[in-house]
Amino acid sequence: MNGNIWVLASADSVAIATTLILAALGALFTERAGVLNLGIEGILLTSAISSFLAADSSGSIWLGLIVGSLVGALLAGIHAVLSVVLRANQIVAGLALVIFGTGLANFLGKPAEGKTVTTIIKPLSFGPLSDIPLIGPIVFRQDPITYASIVIAIVSSLYLFRSRPGLELRATGDDPATVDAQGLSVASIRIRYTLFGGLLVGLGGSWLMLAQSAAWHQAATTNGVGWIALALVVFAGWRPMRLIFGAILFGFTLQLPFTLQAEQITFIPSALMQMLPYLATLIALIALSRPSTRNKLGAPKSLGIPFVRDER
Amino acid sequence: MTNASHEVAKGPHHASGAAPSALSAHSIVKRFPGVLANDSVDFDVLPGEVHTLLGENGAGKSTLAAMLCGLYQPDSGYITRNGERIALSSPRAGLHHGIAMVHQHFRLVERFTVAENVILGSRDLSYKLNRSELEDKVAAVADSYGLPIEPGATVGELSVGQRQRVEIVKALYQGAEILLLDEPTAVLVPAEVEKLFENVHAMTRAGKSIVFISHKLGEVVEISDRVTVLRNGRVTGHVSGRGAADTKELARLMVGRDIELTTQRASHATGHEVLQIRDLSLTVNGVSVLSDISFNVHAGEMVGIAGVAGNGQRELADTIAGLISPTSGSVAISGSLTTDRGPIHARELGLAYVPEDRLGMGLVPSMSILDNLLLTRDRHIVVDRTTVRPEAARLIEQFEIKANGPDHVARKLSGGNAQKVLLARELSGGRTATKLLVVCSPTRGLDVGAIETVRALLDDARSAGQAILLISEDLDEVMSLSDRIFVLYRGSVVYETPGESAQLSTVGAAMAGLQPEGKS
Ligand SMILES: Nc1ncnc2c1ncn2[C@@H]1O[C@H](COP(=O)(O)OP(=O)(O)OP(=O)(O)O)[C@@H](O)[C@H]1O
Ligand SMILES: [Mg+2]
Repeated sequence: MNGNIWVLASADSVAIATTLILAALGALFTERAGVLNLGIEGILLTSAISSFLAADSSGSIWLGLIVGSLVGALLAGIHAVLSVVLRANQIVAGLALVIFGTGLANFLGKPAEGKTVTTIIKPLSFGPLSDIPLIGPIVFRQDPITYASIVIAIVSSLYLFRSRPGLELRATGDDPATVDAQGLSVASIRIRYTLFGGLLVGLGGSWLMLAQSAAWHQAATTNGVGWIALALVVFAGWRPMRLIFGAILFGFTLQLPFTLQAEQITFIPSALMQMLPYLATLIALIALSRPSTRNKLGAPKSLGIPFVRDER
Repeated sequence: MTNASHEVAKGPHHASGAAPSALSAHSIVKRFPGVLANDSVDFDVLPGEVHTLLGENGAGKSTLAAMLCGLYQPDSGYITRNGERIALSSPRAGLHHGIAMVHQHFRLVERFTVAENVILGSRDLSYKLNRSELEDKVAAVADSYGLPIEPGATVGELSVGQRQRVEIVKALYQGAEILLLDEPTAVLVPAEVEKLFENVHAMTRAGKSIVFISHKLGEVVEISDRVTVLRNGRVTGHVSGRGAADTKELARLMVGRDIELTTQRASHATGHEVLQIRDLSLTVNGVSVLSDISFNVHAGEMVGIAGVAGNGQRELADTIAGLISPTSGSVAISGSLTTDRGPIHARELGLAYVPEDRLGMGLVPSMSILDNLLLTRDRHIVVDRTTVRPEAARLIEQFEIKANGPDHVARKLSGGNAQKVLLARELSGGRTATKLLVVCSPTRGLDVGAIETVRALLDDARSAGQAILLISEDLDEVMSLSDRIFVLYRGSVVYETPGESAQLSTVGAAMAGLQPEGKS
C-alpha cells in the first residue's frame, strides 16, 4: 500500500469538505431561521458558472468569488420571497429552485462547456510547515478559502450560541410566535438569514468551480454536493462545530472511489462507493420525516412552516 | 387570600376618581370577517389596580387585550397612556410604553433556559452574551418581586405554573408597568392560582396595573378591584370595588340570564360494567407513564379522574380510545377487549371520545364545522352533506356556537367555540349508540353559560345510562359531578373516594402528591 496516496487522499478530503462546509453552513443558517431551502444544489450550480464567467472574463479570481456569492444570495432571495413573503410551500419552492438553477446554469454555461479557468485558487505554502510529513500536506497546504470556511464555521458557532442575534435566530426557527410577540420581525429575520445562507452557498459553489474543478461541466461540477450538504446539516444536529467534522468525513467518502482505484483495490465496486453520500442523504431525509427523531436530532421546531400571526 | 394582602393592595389610587388612568381604550372598534369582535369598547386601568375583563366565549376579551398590547390594531377608536394618546403599531411599541401581555398560550421557547427566554428581544444587551451574568440579572428582577424562578432551568422541563411565572418575570424585566393576563388561571391547579394571586398583589403593591381576563367567577371576585363585562363585543356592565360583586350577579351580567350549574350525582343504582380496566401499565421510552391502573365504570355512572396535567391522564384516555397500546394490562368495553385493536374498533363498541387537544386531535382545523361532524357520521363513499346539514345547524343553535353557520372553518372559531363543536359532535352520538363517553377537560376555556350546557348534557348522558369517564384538571368540576373520584399522580391512582364525601383539601393534597391519610 502506498502511504503517500492516503496522505494525499486525506488532504483532498479536507479540500472537498470546503464546499460542503460552506454550503451546509448556508443551509444551517437558513434552517435555524425556520426556512427549509432544498434549492441548495441549484444555487451551487448557478453560482459556480457565474463565478467561472466572472473570473474568466475579468481574470480575477476574487471577482469570481464575489460574483458567485452574490448570485447565490440572489437565488436564495427568490426562495425568501416565495416562502417568507408569499408563504408558499417551502418544499415545492425549494425543488422549483433546483430546477430553475440547473436550467439557468445550463443556459449560462453553454459557451463555457469544457472550458478551463486560466487562473485558479492555489494552495498556500507555509514553508517548512507544509513539508512536515503527514500533517504538512493535510493541514498546511490548503487554499485560503478552505481555511476561511473552517474559521467561518467556528465563528458561526459562537454567533449562534453566544450572541444576542444568535439567540434571536434560534428562537425564530423554534418558535416564531414568541419572537413576534417580542416585537421582532419574523419575516425580516427569516429573509436576512435566507439571503446570508445563499451567500455562503454561493461562495461554496464558486470555490468548487475556481479551486476544485477548474473546468465547467454542467453535469459533473457539483455532482450532488448540494443534496449532501442538506443531509450534513441534519447529521450535524444543526451545529456548526459538528458540521466541520461531518464535512471532512463526507469529503473522505466522496474521494474514496478515486483513491481506491489508484490503489487498485477493486473488491468494492466503485459505483457502490459513489452511492454512499446519496444513501446518507436518503437516511437524513427519512430521519427528518419522523417528528420524534426530528426532535431528538435538534431540528428547529418550525422548520419549513410559514409563520402567520393570526393563524389559530 | 389573607385580609392583609387585600388592604395593602388597595392603594391610595382607588379613593380619588381623579387619578389619571394608566391605560385606557376609547371607543375601540375591531371587525373580523363576519364578526364585530369589539363594538365601541371603553376600558381603563389605574396604577396599582386589578381590572378584570369578563365575558363569554367569543365576547372579544382576547381581541381587546391584543389591541391594548399592540398585537392588533383597532379599526377605529384610540388608546391613551397616562392621558396621552399613543399609537400601538406592534407589540414592540406596546413594550416601549410599558405594556406587556401574558398570552393564553405561553410565548416561550421550550429549548431555551429561563434566562434566555426572559432576555429574548431585549435591546439593551451587549452583542455578546454572558450566561452567568444574565442569570444573575434575571434572578435579581425576579427576587425584587418575590417571584421564585431558577434562571438556568430549561423551560421545556418546567411546570405550567412555573412557565407562567417566567412570562411574568419576562414582562417585568422588560419594564412593564401594565400587565395583561389572558386567562392566566385556566391551566393552573388551586395551589398555583394562590401563588399567582400573591404575585399579582406584589405587583400591584409596586404600582403596576393588571388587566385580568378570566371565566372563573370565584377568582374574579377574589382578585378584582373592578370588573368590566363584555358581551358580543360590547360592554354590558361594570362592577367597582373589591368583593362588591357576587358570582351570581356577574354570571347574569355575562350571559344575560341566571345560571344554575349542575352539581348532581347519579341517584339511581348504577348498572353493569361498561368500561373495565385491568392492571394497565404503559412505559414510553423507558419512562413509566401509567402503572397498574385498575377500575371499572358502570352504566349510568360518572367516574372523575382528577390530577395535575401531565400525570398520565392523556395517555390513559388515549389508551382507552385505542390510540395507544398499553405495555401490559387490558381495556375492555362491554366485555370486549379493545387493547391493540385500534380506535375504530373502540368506536364500534360504543365509545365517544373528547380528547384534550381540540384542534390537534379533536377537530380538523382547516375543515368546516359540517365536515368535522361528518367525520363520525358519514360512512358512504360519496360524502353526503345534505342529510347532516340540518343536524349541524341544530347543534350550532343548541350549543350556542358563535359561527356563521355549518360551513364556518373550525380554525377560525374562538377557543371556547371550537371546544363546543367537538363536544356537540361527541355528545350527539355517532354511527353506533354511545355506551361509553370519555371526556377530557370538557369545559376548559368555556364560559359559565356554556359550562352549564355541557354539564347538563353530561348529566343527561348519564341519566340515559351511558358510562362516563370525566378526566379534568378542574377540580371543582370533577368534585361536583362525579359519582366516584380517582386521583392520578405520576401515572398511579393514589387516592380514591366517593363523590359525595370528597373533601377539596384531601383531593387537592393527593393531586400534589402528598399522601392522604389512607385510601378510602
Ligand atoms: N384572527 C381572527 N380572525 C377572525 N376572527 C377572529 C380572530 N380573532 C378573533 N376572532 C373572532 O372574534 C370574536 C372574539 O374573539 P376573542 O378571541 O376576542 O374572544 P374571547 O372573548 O377571548 O373568547 P374566549 O373566552 O373563547 O377566549 C370571536 O367571534 C372570534 O371568532
Ligand atoms: Mg380568549
